[in-house]
Amino acid sequence: MSVLLFSHQTPWPENRPTYPDPRVVRDPIDPDLEALRSADEAAFEALINRLHGPMMRLAMTYLRDRAAAEDAVQEAWLTCLKTLDRFEGRSTFKTWIFGILLNVARARRRKESRILTFTSLFRRDGGPTVDPSRFGADRMWSSPPDSWTNVPESRLLGRETIDRVRAAIDDLSPKQREVVILRDVAGLDADEVCGLLSISPANQRVRLHRGRASVRKSLEDYLT
Amino acid sequence: MTCKEIVELMTDYLDGSLSPSRRAKFEQHISGCDGCGAYLTQLKTARMLIGRTAAEPVPEPLRAELMNAFRFWKAAS
Repeated sequence: MSVLLFSHQTPWPENRPTYPDPRVVRDPIDPDLEALRSADEAAFEALINRLHGPMMRLAMTYLRDRAAAEDAVQEAWLTCLKTLDRFEGRSTFKTWIFGILLNVARARRRKESRILTFTSLFRRDGGPTVDPSRFGADRMWSSPPDSWTNVPESRLLGRETIDRVRAAIDDLSPKQREVVILRDVAGLDADEVCGLLSISPANQRVRLHRGRASVRKSLEDYLT
Repeated sequence: MTCKEIVELMTDYLDGSLSPSRRAKFEQHISGCDGCGAYLTQLKTARMLIGRTAAEPVPEPLRAELMNAFRFWKAAS
């Protein structure tokens, strides 16, 4: 892959989508970008360590195979280094590299002609996010939730719970999953996610809400 | 507003995207409703735990490859 970094061959598929770049950097100093431009190896290593988990989770939204996702993450970093001098800072560095990764992962999925499963094609995203039977005729709670304040922290933050959450995220529809990962795993804000995915603020919020609500439901089944 | 309506507005509330009047109605409901208060706490907990799924070490071959690329980039720039 190192060869790719200095070759003149484009790492992009033809007709690649343009990067969304409508966001303005709120803080003129972007610590991620500074880390990279400082050309300090330790700073770069810290950056790839910190972003690896969120990048893998996003790549696996498109490529269900871990090895393929790792390849996509690698290509995204190499493309980032190769094109860094053209980065104009109109988004944060983090949003920019997630945009590169989205393009790489989507292109690789197209190349692999990944066939969507029957269930994912026909999955319905409509309807209420809380089981209607939990509300009475007056539409107020008849079976209210527990606030989990009695759940010991060791259990709440334990490995089994995190595995449960991971499985719940994997079970979301792809559209909900990519928003949940960008917002709550990668930590991008709503405007950044709308720009990256070219979706409206309302659509972003609906996907995020439904995704979080599904994870909450799964946690409730597990914790109570 | 009813509990059934309130639960569908929670992400909008957390994102600060409710209009001032709806936000006031939302907060008024939450302050007097234990069930919706607990639901909001659950949703925030879910959000926090989703964030905790990110931790993942970089596999050594990939780390080595990226560090090499970085050194090439540094030398060339």
